[in-house]
Formats: sequence, C-alpha cells, structure tokens
Amino acid sequence: MDMNSEVWGIFAMFFITILIAIPLGKYISNIFSEGPNYLDKLFAPLEGLILRISGVNYQKEMTWKENLVALLTINLVWFIIGMLILMFQGYLPLNPDGNPNMTPDLAFNTAISFVVNCNLQHYSGESGVSYLSQTGLMFLQFVSSGIGITAAILLFKAFKGKGGQKLGNFYTIFLKSCTRILMPISLLVAIILLCEGTPMTYSGKDKMINLEGDSIEVSRGPVAAFVAIKHVGTNGGGFFGANSTHPLENPSYLTNMVEMVAQFIIPVAMVFAFGFFIKKKKLSWMIFSVMTIGFLCLAIPNTIMESQGSPTIERLGLNQSGGAMEGKEVRIGAAASGFWSIVTTVISTGSINSMHDSSMPLSGMNQMLAMMINGFYGGNGVGLLNFFVYIILAVFISGLMVGRTPEFLGKKVEGREMKIAMLVALLHPFLILIGTAITVSFPSIGSDTTNDPGFHGFSEMLYEFTSASANNGSGFEGLGDNTLWWNISTGIVLLFSRFIPIIGPIAIAGLLSEKRFIPEGSGTLKTDTVSFGFMVFAVIIIIAALAFFPTLTLGPVAEYFSIKK
Amino acid sequence: MKSENPFFDNELLKASFKESFIKLNPRILIRNPIMFTVEVCAGIMAVVCLAILIGDQSQGSFTYNFIVFLVLLLTLLFANFAESIAEARGKAQADSLRKTREETPAKLKDGRTISSSELNKGDEFICVSGDIIASDGEIIEGLATIDESAITGESAPVIREAGGDRSSVTGGTKVLSDRIIVKVTAASGESFLDKMISLVEGAKRQKTPNEIALTILLSGFTLVFIIVCVTLKPFADYSNVSISIAALISLFVCLIPTTIGGLLSAIGIAGMDRALRANVLTKSGRAVETAGDIDVLLLDKTGTITIGNRKATKFHSISNVDSIELIKAASLCSLYDETPEGKSIIELSGLGKSSFALEQSKVIKFIAETRCSGIDISSQRIRKGATDSIKSLVESAGNIFPEELKSIVEEISGNGGTPLVVSVNEKALGAVELQDIVKPGIKERFERLRKMGIKTVMVTGDNPLTAKYIANKAGVDDFIAEAKPEDKMNYIRKEQEEGKLVAMMGDGTNDAPALAQADVGVAMNSGTQAAKEAGNMVDLDNDPTKLIEVVEIGKQLLMTRGTLTTFSIANDVAKYFAIIPALFVAFIPALSPLNVMKLHSPESAILSAIIFNAILIPFLIPLALKGVTYKPIGATALLRRNIMIYGFGGLIIPFIGIKIIDLIITLFI
Repeated sequence: MDMNSEVWGIFAMFFITILIAIPLGKYISNIFSEGPNYLDKLFAPLEGLILRISGVNYQKEMTWKENLVALLTINLVWFIIGMLILMFQGYLPLNPDGNPNMTPDLAFNTAISFVVNCNLQHYSGESGVSYLSQTGLMFLQFVSSGIGITAAILLFKAFKGKGGQKLGNFYTIFLKSCTRILMPISLLVAIILLCEGTPMTYSGKDKMINLEGDSIEVSRGPVAAFVAIKHVGTNGGGFFGANSTHPLENPSYLTNMVEMVAQFIIPVAMVFAFGFFIKKKKLSWMIFSVMTIGFLCLAIPNTIMESQGSPTIERLGLNQSGGAMEGKEVRIGAAASGFWSIVTTVISTGSINSMHDSSMPLSGMNQMLAMMINGFYGGNGVGLLNFFVYIILAVFISGLMVGRTPEFLGKKVEGREMKIAMLVALLHPFLILIGTAITVSFPSIGSDTTNDPGFHGFSEMLYEFTSASANNGSGFEGLGDNTLWWNISTGIVLLFSRFIPIIGPIAIAGLLSEKRFIPEGSGTLKTDTVSFGFMVFAVIIIIAALAFFPTLTLGPVAEYFSIKK
Repeated sequence: MKSENPFFDNELLKASFKESFIKLNPRILIRNPIMFTVEVCAGIMAVVCLAILIGDQSQGSFTYNFIVFLVLLLTLLFANFAESIAEARGKAQADSLRKTREETPAKLKDGRTISSSELNKGDEFICVSGDIIASDGEIIEGLATIDESAITGESAPVIREAGGDRSSVTGGTKVLSDRIIVKVTAASGESFLDKMISLVEGAKRQKTPNEIALTILLSGFTLVFIIVCVTLKPFADYSNVSISIAALISLFVCLIPTTIGGLLSAIGIAGMDRALRANVLTKSGRAVETAGDIDVLLLDKTGTITIGNRKATKFHSISNVDSIELIKAASLCSLYDETPEGKSIIELSGLGKSSFALEQSKVIKFIAETRCSGIDISSQRIRKGATDSIKSLVESAGNIFPEELKSIVEEISGNGGTPLVVSVNEKALGAVELQDIVKPGIKERFERLRKMGIKTVMVTGDNPLTAKYIANKAGVDDFIAEAKPEDKMNYIRKEQEEGKLVAMMGDGTNDAPALAQADVGVAMNSGTQAAKEAGNMVDLDNDPTKLIEVVEIGKQLLMTRGTLTTFSIANDVAKYFAIIPALFVAFIPALSPLNVMKLHSPESAILSAIIFNAILIPFLIPLALKGVTYKPIGATALLRRNIMIYGFGGLIIPFIGIKIIDLIITLFI
C-alpha cells in the first residue's frame, strides 16, 4: 500500500469516528436523561432482572458521596474475585491448554490492572491465563469501562440545571452503561472481527502444518468477543501477548480501522453527550476542539516521523521509503502504525499494533506525552474527568484574570475545589516521576530489566510508569516487566491513578453542585469561547510540559539529538 | 485626606528596606509557602558555600556558588520589600487618619477627664464647642455642628443631633458649636479604622478566600517542581550526568512561581490601601473582593442619581395670561421661601427682592392644612402649591380651574416633573415645572457599570411615572418607586434567591436590615451607628457613587493576581530553555541545539535565569501596588486582552531579559 492511500485511510477513519460520535453522544445523553425512554422496552426487562437479582437499592437517589462509596465497594469485590480466579486458574475449569496458576504478585498486578481499565499485561495470553481467566478478564473489561462512563455521568448530573444534592443512582447508571452502550457496540465490532477471521471458540490450541512442513500449535479462544470490548471499552489488554499486532487479533486492514474507530468512538461521544445532557452544546465543541487540536499536535508528527523512516537505518544504506518498519506489521504500514500509536495513548486503550519501543525517539516522546496529559479524549468517561480537572484550573486562573471570583457553569470555584483539583493534577507527575526515580536508582530492579542501555532504557522504564499512571496499559516493551518490583510497584500506581482521578473530579462536581447557582451575566467568564479554550490548552501544556520536560530531555530528546542526521 | 502619598516616599522606602530583612525570619516567611521554599534553598546554598570553604571540590567554584546564594537572598529580600512597601503605604494612610484621634481627652459625665484609649464601649462623654470628639459614638443628647474635614476632606460643617438618622459622630472630628453627650459605640482598638489598619498589616492580615485558593494553586505548582527537581537527580545519575546542587536549586527556584508568590501579599494589601485611599473603610478584605463580583447595585435616587433637590425648569402660563405675569407672581411668592424649590424659582426667573416694591407685604408660610405658601402684597394674594391644594383654593372661591391647566399639569407629570400651580387672588395663572436634575456624568457611569455586567436599580419615593422617567433619563436598568424600607429588603432577597450578589448604600437606621442583607453594604459615615454596624464598609465621604469605585477596586485586586500568575507561569518556558541545556550539555553534547538563546556558558545561563527571576519582582512592584487596569469590555474580551499582554508577554519577555543579562555577565567573565 502506498503512503498516500495510507494517509487517506487515516483521514477517513478520523472523520467517520466524529460523524458517528455526535449521534452516539445524543444517544448516551438520552439514556441517562430523566423520564421514560424509547429504549426501555428493549432493555428494561433485562436490566430489571439483573438489578432485582443483585439485591442492590437501585431506586434511591444518591449524593455524590454515596455514589462514590458504591463505586469503590463494587470495584473491591471485583478485584478480590479476579485475583482469586487468576491465582487458582490451574485447578479451575475451562483450561484446555493446561496453563498454570499465576504467582500472587502477577495475579495482583493483573487483577488490579483489569479492574482499573488499564490492562498492563505482565503475562502472555497464550500461556499465562486459562479461558476461564480470559472470560473473567473480559468481564472486567466491560465493567471497568462501565465504571468510567458512570463516573462521567455522575459529573454530568452535577451540572445539569442548577445542580443539587442528588446525582442519581450508581447501580442503574452503571448497568445502563454496560447494557445500552458497551454491549451493543461490542457485539457489532465482534461480528465484523468474526467475519474477517478472528476466532471465537472455547476449544484448546489448534494444530496446523506450516509452509516448511512442520506441525505447529496455534493458540486460539474466545478472541473476537475479547478484542471487541478491548477496544470499545478503551481497555487495550490483548488476548494474545502480541496484542493487535497478532494476525488473529487484527487480521486485516479493515479490522485495523474498525478497532481504531471502536476505541475512539465512546471517548469522543462522551464529550458530545456532556453538551447534550447539560444543554450546552457549545461547551462540548470547545472541549472537543481543544482535545482534537492536542490530539493532532501529537498524531500528525508521529505519522510523519514514522513514515520518514529512521536516520540510523538509512545510514546503514537501507531504503526507508516505506517508513520506519522496524517493529511494524507490513499489512498495517508505517503511517497507520504511527497514527495508532497516538490514538491508543491519548485514549487510555493501550492496545498496540506496532512495537512502541521501535518508534522514532520523538514519536516515543509523543506517546508518553499523550499519556502524561491523559485528557485528549482519554479513556471512556475518565478522559473527560481528567479534562474537567484541567478546566477547573483554567477556570480559576482565567476567572481571576477577568476580575471575578472564578465560576464554572454558574458555580463558584473556591479553595476546597482547588485543593482537590491540585491534588489530582499533582498525582500524575508524582507517581510517574517518583516511581521511575526509585527504579533507576537500583540497577537490580531497574536497568537490569531493560533491553537497551542509555537513554532508550531510561525511556522504557519511564514509559512503563507513565502507562501505569495513565491507566493506559501499553508497554514500550523491551522491558522484562514480570518481576516482583514491576508487578507490585505498577500495581500500586494503578490503584492510585485510577481511583483518585475518579474520586477527585466527582467530589469537585458534587461540591459545586451543592452550591448556589449564579446566573450568567455579561461579567461572567464564558467557558465555551475560543479564548477560554486557549487557556485550557495552555494549562494542559504547562502542567504536562513543565512537569515532564526535564525528564523527557534525558530520554527521548537526548536520543533524538544523538541519532539526528 | 484626599492628599496622595507620593508613590515611593523616601521615609517609606527606608522603613520598608529595614522591614525586608526582619521578614526573613522563617517563622514569618512560612505564611508564604512559595517564598519559604526559596529560603530553604538559600539555606542549602549557604551550606554548600561553607562546604566549599572547608575543602569540598565537587560543587564548582566558591564565587559561582556564592553568587547563586546571594541572588536567592536577593529574591527573598525583593519579595519582602514588596510586602513591606505595600504595608508601609497602607499604614501611612491609616496613621494619618488615626493620628487625629490618638490620646484625645474625654470629659466624662461625672466630671473626670480620661484619655480616649481608656474609653470603653457604653461610656458617655461630653463635648462642647472646640472639643475633638474622642471616639466613634452616637449622640444621645443635644445637637451640634461638627467639622468632619479631618475625615472627609469636606470643609463645610455638618449638623449632628440625637435621635434620627444623623446621630453618629466619628472620633477625631471637631465640635464647632453647642454641646452634645456621646455614647461610645466601639471600644478602643475595635473601631472601623482599627479594623482597617489590621487589614493592611501583613502579620494580622486574614487571607481572603480567593487568595487562599490561589495560594493552594501556587503551592501545588511548587510541589510539582519539588518532585521534578528531586527526581531529576537520580535520572541524571542514571544517564551519567552530574548535576551540581547550585544548578538543581536554580532550576527549582526559577520554575516555582516566585514572581506571583513574592508579590501576592503586596497585591492584597495594596487593594485594601486603594480602598482606604478612596476613603472607604472596610471591615474585611473579603468585602472588597466580593464587591468585584457584584451583579446588582441599589442606589438611592436623591443625592446619587439626581442632585439633591428638584429645580424649577420652566414656567407654563395658560393662554389668556401673559407669561410675564406668571413669572412675576411665581417669583414674588418665592422671595421668602427658603426651600430649594423656592430658591430655584428665583434663580430661573432672575427676579430678586430688588425687582419688587415689597412694602406692606405679608408672607404666608407653608402649613399642612392649606398645603400652599405665598405672599400677600398690596391687594394681591399670591399662592403656589400642589395642584390639588390650589385647585380647591380656586374652586372654593367660586372660580373655575381651567381645563387647559389640567392638561399642562398632566404633561409636566408625564415628563417626570412636579407641577407647582400658581394663583393670584384665587385665579389660576399657570404652573411652574419642577424637575429632578440628573447629575452630570452619571449616565456614563451607569453605562460603564452595565458593561461591567452590573445591573443598577434606582430606589425612590417618587410615584412610578416620575420614577420611570428619571430612570430612563439616568440610564438605570430598574427602579423601585414609592419605596418603603422593606421594599429594598425584598428586592435584595429576590435578587439573591436568583443567585445574584447585591450591593447597596444606605445611611438611616431603617436601612440597617437591608445593609446587613446585602452582600456588600456600604454605610455612609454620616449615617447612624446601626447602619454602620450592619454594613461591611463605611464611606467617609458620604458619596453615594463610591460603590462604583469599590467594585473596580475589587475587580482590579483579582485581576492583578490572575494576570501576574499567568505571567509568572508563562515565564517558565524561557527559563527551561536557559537552564535545561545548561544542566546537561556538558555531558550530553547532542543536546546543545536546545540552547536556543545561545547563552554563553552553563554557569552564565543559570545565573542569568535566576537574576532575571529575582529582578522581575521589584520591576513588577509598581504594577502590584497600582493594580492592573480594569476595562469594562466584557469578560471574554478582557480575558483575550490579558492573555495577549500577560500570557504572551510572559512567554517572550524572559527570552529577551535572560539573553541581555547573559550578555552583561559575559562582560565580566
């Protein structure tokens, strides 16, 4: 495939995503709006059944605190069950390939990582988990994504109308997120994958004769269903170790495009859903524009850099006209791989279709920046929550700049909200930088596990913590990450970096919702304008760039200048 | 009091200079977390310098390290100086107010004389002509003319008397005549002025909610940079780059928002000081900030929107009467009328006492029964009064009240005027039109308020028709006609229920509940003690339009903080490009393209960055004290303007500044 059609393919995919995202946003907004809904006939019987069986109080209108308690409790239950299944999968049914039990530290890391929608996989699907575990992990992929959407809906409700004490019922919102959003889309994606040749079975390994005449074993399983929710739920955890570079996980150019759209669609739709829900469509467009500009600032250079090829390899006399193909699949190509590498990192999917370790140095930096910012679209629901924190910070500074106590959507932003917003904003650099600093200080846990020396090895470690802290789950790879240190340290990072950025924004929204509503006047700072969008963008750049620039200088930037022509 | 202190008085400078060193005390400095971390850094550099003196080789030359230490110390001193000078200016302003009342003797009722500082709340003291009133209080007996020029700058004496709305006296003012007994309403040290003084004194100053939130934001940024700089050390070690302590500390000090951190308290104090300069005493800094958020402003018509009293503007004679006849009659019956309306008729006609032969005249004074006044001169009985009263006068004498006059009267009312009908010997001649005169320039002020997003509401006792006419003429957005005290209260409540912040001014005791209910209540100094207690500001000038200034001071206060924060953070970009290459380039030469400013050497780059960082503070002190100019151009336009000036300015200026300093430093190496 030539470079031109590759680029057109990317354009087409991007515009299709946005075209679907707007009506999907309207659909999501409708689901969670008050009153009866035309979809009730279809879904209500199933939902009612599930809610009644589970015995939860699904009719009570809850405050933000009660909703958060419910959210955290249910996550704890999933984590315990998930860890138990992984630790004892060897004895449990649905294990045709006879895969062994996971070690406790790996089970801890894996369970957390799927509960928090990250899917940092320190194992390979083929040999590391049974089909029962895979199915369990698939369940976690659904519910963790549902939690993200639920968290965002709670935020929406806090800003609906003039606000109030109650933000709706966690259980019904959560269930509707799964049944009415995730399931139908996943089903559609899985069917497309099935048609393109992705397996869907509970039988063990298949045997086949390869071209050389040897008999080989081919791993398979319920892949189509798994890969669908992997993307739709912005999870990213692959069925196989090689993730979406694996031919059975991503068999064709079409599946590559479908998988890309699938992971893109809900994060973008959530932005529009916000506007529809609180009846401020212009605000949605401001958020969408800032996110898109940020996304393009990362995606365009990566697509170009990967297409141009590596100067080091060119010096060896090899033709680089097809782009930097080290670590890439020929059926996907350099441009689409470069583009995907940003899609999967700005959105917290973390599924890969090329080895990020082999990306050009500055492409690698952009991938890390995408995760450091973690709010240009971001994961399902949670991306918007992260972005909300940036908005609050921007609201505060701009509010002061126009000579008025800062307010967002008619609510005053004061000390308490700033404290929470700063805590959330601080957490990310704290986890990434402190985690990496400890690791590099001890060669036995750090540099000994890396594949490469020098700047690149540093990038591998930095990337791992960034990916964990962004709940992304992609790996720079080249890192021997199934060690006690990596499993425990990233596990802890995952825990904090998932729940604090959910608790924080909901707390801010909840607190604001309880405040007195101030109608908009001509002295009020409008948040749906270009100027304010610029401020948000500046805040994002400043927080990300200022916190990570020195560190990135020692990794990808140094590497870039070192290999530059 | 209107006299302005010169911006930087020599005495003030000296005192502030001394104070800057005193404020280095860590126990004082910890109130400002950002500058406190700079002090810790300076401490570390002092230790490094000592280590070099006793033989440490790893940290470079003593001179270089010592310069870094000095620059950090200077950064602290500059920040302290900013706060000191703001405090000193505020104090100087307050002191000159306070001076007048210190140690004034007070004669108690039992004949003892004690010092004003010994007075307690509830004490009663006597003042006779020539006495300086010892303390704020309320007249409980008597009436006196008082010279309040010490407070207001207004030389005309005012009358204060027991009971009613003019019973309040201020300490430091002088009794010119008569004798009064004053009850002390605030114990020594608790008066408004004392409260105000504590607002401009750094140590006792309470941070306002917005200031607290901003401090949290800035501390958050500081924490981020602590993490960045602390972790940079192991990262550098991993990459075999050795970073000196001086370099790491310089990076940290440059990145944390020292510019806004150093000026933050100065900005707050200067805001209070500006209020004081406008002769407004506030009970809390919060009130001034709230003033910047005001959505609705309630203003009394009389004295605020219109100049005190109605004035005669036109004579309307009926068609069979010569207009000269009406003018003469109206003037004659106003010659001995001391009311402002009467005087204005003379003013309009131009016919004074010398124009008439006034022998055998008899003045008829206004009484409630007849509701008209006039003069009997020779055989003429000239009367003027409200339409109804003259009409009944005319009709009871058997004459007809002309239809034409009825329509004239209606026309005058329709124009917002008040008709005064004139009759001679019980025959109506015509009417004098009295009009409220809208203060010159007031319309423009309301226009400005509208652009600021503030709704103005006129409160008046007039009937709705007149009120509407004046409201339109003055350009207010809404009015409350035939207003009773509880109407104000209800209006405030209604607006507040919609989430709006309301400000009002008042002076009478019956204003007190509304003043307390309003988010910003400004009591006039001439008003009753109850009104002053209820409001959260007192205007010493008794100027009803003062609220407009207070609103702008509040907005300026927030804007100055916001813009300097933006400026300070935007500066970081350039500082990064100065320091990061300097940190690494010796060990990773490939990074030299990052040195975009082409700074001379790593040492000169680091010094230039921290020197620039330090001298920015004194450069910005005038801006911090004066405040960023507020322009009522709408929030979005204002944001755009401030982003352009302080955002992009903050991005570009340090590139230029650091390069220039680097060039200068190079001269000495």
